[in-house]
Amino acid sequence: MSSVAATTETAEHGHHAHNDDLLALLKAAPFWSTDHKVIGIQFMMTTLLMLMVGGALALGVRWQLAFPWENMPFFGALVPATAGGQIPPEFYTMLFTMHATVMIFLVIIPILAGAFGNFLIPLMIGADDMAFPMLNALSYWFMWPAIACFGCSFFFGGGPAAGWTSYPALSALSQAAPGSGHAQTFWLLGVTFVGFSSMMGSINYMTTIINMRAPGLTLFRMPLTIWSMFITAILQAFALPVLTAAGFMLVTDRILGTCFFVPAGLIVNNADPTVGGGQTLLWQHLFWFYSHPAVYIMLLPAMGMVSDMLACMCRKPIFGYKPMVYSMSAIAGLGFIVWGHHMFTSGMNPALGMTFMISTVMIALPSAVKVFNWIGTIWGGKPEFNVVFLNCIAFVSMFIVGGLSGIFMAAVPVDIYIHDTYFIVAHFHYVLFGATLFGVFGAIHFWYPKMFGRYMSEGWGKLHFFLTFVGFNGTFFPMHLLGVAGMPRRYADPYLYPYLEHFLPMNQFMTICAALMGFAQFILIGNFVLSWFFGKKAGRNPWNANGLEWATPSPPGHGNFDIPPVVYRGPYEYANPDTEADFWPQTQPPNPAT
Amino acid sequence: MKWFWCLFFAFWPIVAIVVCLLAPGNNWWFPGEAASPLGRRIDDLFYMILWITSITFVGTQLVLAYVLFKGASDTEPGTANEKAWFSHGSHKLEVIWSSVPAVILLFIAFYQLDVWAEYRVKDAFPRKRMEAVFERIHQDRQKNDSLALAEVTARQFEWRIRYPGFNADGTLKALMPDPQPTDLYAVNDLHLPASAPVMINLRTQDVQHSFFLPELRIKQDAVPGLVIPIWFEADQQRSYQLLCAELCGWGHYKMNARFVAESDEQFIEYLRQLEREQNEDRVDDAPDTDEEE
Repeated sequence: MSSVAATTETAEHGHHAHNDDLLALLKAAPFWSTDHKVIGIQFMMTTLLMLMVGGALALGVRWQLAFPWENMPFFGALVPATAGGQIPPEFYTMLFTMHATVMIFLVIIPILAGAFGNFLIPLMIGADDMAFPMLNALSYWFMWPAIACFGCSFFFGGGPAAGWTSYPALSALSQAAPGSGHAQTFWLLGVTFVGFSSMMGSINYMTTIINMRAPGLTLFRMPLTIWSMFITAILQAFALPVLTAAGFMLVTDRILGTCFFVPAGLIVNNADPTVGGGQTLLWQHLFWFYSHPAVYIMLLPAMGMVSDMLACMCRKPIFGYKPMVYSMSAIAGLGFIVWGHHMFTSGMNPALGMTFMISTVMIALPSAVKVFNWIGTIWGGKPEFNVVFLNCIAFVSMFIVGGLSGIFMAAVPVDIYIHDTYFIVAHFHYVLFGATLFGVFGAIHFWYPKMFGRYMSEGWGKLHFFLTFVGFNGTFFPMHLLGVAGMPRRYADPYLYPYLEHFLPMNQFMTICAALMGFAQFILIGNFVLSWFFGKKAGRNPWNANGLEWATPSPPGHGNFDIPPVVYRGPYEYANPDTEADFWPQTQPPNPAT
Repeated sequence: MKWFWCLFFAFWPIVAIVVCLLAPGNNWWFPGEAASPLGRRIDDLFYMILWITSITFVGTQLVLAYVLFKGASDTEPGTANEKAWFSHGSHKLEVIWSSVPAVILLFIAFYQLDVWAEYRVKDAFPRKRMEAVFERIHQDRQKNDSLALAEVTARQFEWRIRYPGFNADGTLKALMPDPQPTDLYAVNDLHLPASAPVMINLRTQDVQHSFFLPELRIKQDAVPGLVIPIWFEADQQRSYQLLCAELCGWGHYKMNARFVAESDEQFIEYLRQLEREQNEDRVDDAPDTDEEE
């Protein structure tokens, strides 16, 4: 069935067939295309733009923490919601809510699954496009209503006021945050749209990977990138409907007065007591049933891509290919039964706390196995210290920190204290920024030649890496200390409390580092855009890599492969003694001598 | 340049360790030693995990630095091997580095269970010691009455506290689930006996809040529609910080309150004082006593 769909699509786009240049394709179809590469690049551009928006919101948060109640420079006067440049507490709440929303729903998930998933899956499995190209295009275009809804939530009232976790009753009752107006409703609609977008993507990825692999590409010859995208798609398909449904229930709680999440008898802001027999904890269960697997949706594809990049850059097979696959599967499987660790202090049955602690602690095991295998991959390799490699090492190094700090909050008694403090903020930034984003930065540099036929600048790339790495650690490492000191999250002014007063200078230092890191991203954007025009030209296989994607022209034309690929081996045959070269592409027929 | 990057990646873990070693001396650490027995046990668990994770952190970062330096030197011109080490992995190593962490992680998990049970599982609460407090403060309790001494209700953006009132014979009533005419009220000021496990019933009137006593390492969400009993024990007779740890609206950051742990007598005297203030009607019962304060 999938191949039928693909054939139809190819016929439909027959007028592109003469056009074997992706750049020309981009120009011919600047807004609408069902070509997976164009959609991938569209996702990439959109998410990079959103990365800058999300970063700007974070800098607003950092400004308030470093210089509480002082006028924001430059931007303060431009934003009407600020009180003459000051950040009022409602605006502060909006800033951190929207920072998380933009970064999670509009940057990390779509840049991994949307941009790289789209661009890489057909290329790396030797297919001419996705199984459902139209669905694929829709998955991109459903991002825009989501962006529009999130955008509306900025401008209606004071912005959403319940954090990205949107716990009721704060998110369910409009009188609980009177300043936010309809913003919370728009926010929830935005989440619904990104849900549709991701769901269309994940169905497509699963179908494509199962049905459209090139001859000879058995499951255990697939690159780890494809494994990770496959597992992620499964995670998404099974976890996401829960959030989409829950979000819709919360919308009806807000606008129709259903009481799924609102218990009776609450007196909020002197309004009449609520009626109905809902449960706020139900929302937390449903929300985290998606949002914990979502953490792995935000991590696994980066793990897969880093595995491929490390093997190529070290000119060495990946260490423990099958353990890598099994540990990713274990992470995904366990990822479904750990959601309660976000709720240790919520008052749910304490016996549940114990079971969730054990499953959560055990999820550290496959993560550890992966770290050891990455180190094993570098061991004895011949690495070239280029931008791709540096970002991959940063990924491994930062993931170690983020993984280890996770053990503290998995342990329930310790979590009683550090829950909702900056320790948590430190932990998830080390995982989602320190690991995932460095992996993404590496992947952008690695696959850019395939996308645009040119290299990105190595020098600017290294400068970007250096500034981002230093800024990142300067911003987020001290957060561990703030957390141990008991500084709660989401406080517009922690210095109201004498035991936190002396942390002002540390917060100022962190804000300076955050600004450094934020402005360093302009280097990435500049490098990305300018290399398109001025980058050094790249051939088919600029990194001497083994994967199928490198058998296509750079950039590949519509339909991808000029020679239909046949796969003879796995993707990690670097340094194989049977070949003269230190790599052995998957498509190269076996050596007649052997 | 590659040597620079090797040093770069070896340098940052050292900075991290140094910062952590300097932290307690600079007051970048816990807000004082835990002020409760349970808090000290939580701190001990924290330090145990800190040791295990620190050793792992140092170990993995050392190995990472080593393989980087080795990789850098193996790519120097003129090294013997043209190609990298051709290896797809080692089954033995996989077994070792799966089973050793598994044992350590399971140990960490099971080692936590006692403290968690003591804090949250009702059957494991120190019930005998709680009942001893009731005797000392002459509380008139029946067997099935609540173990709680006070009810704390969070609302945007303050803490409302309800204590039981006194009987005519001077004994303290038991705390009833619903408000009673004799109940005593205070805002943002929780007083309870020190050096004994004391229990409160935690509720919220509106949205979700979280009851956080950082010095005692106690935190519990106040969930709409639920009444959640929690207990804690303050060692010293002094005032502790009480704040909200769950986003509850624009004023989340200013749910500033205090918890005062005091002697049994001071606690009773505080309740008497509340009773006097609440019953104060400014009507002169006896004209010559109105100036006494």
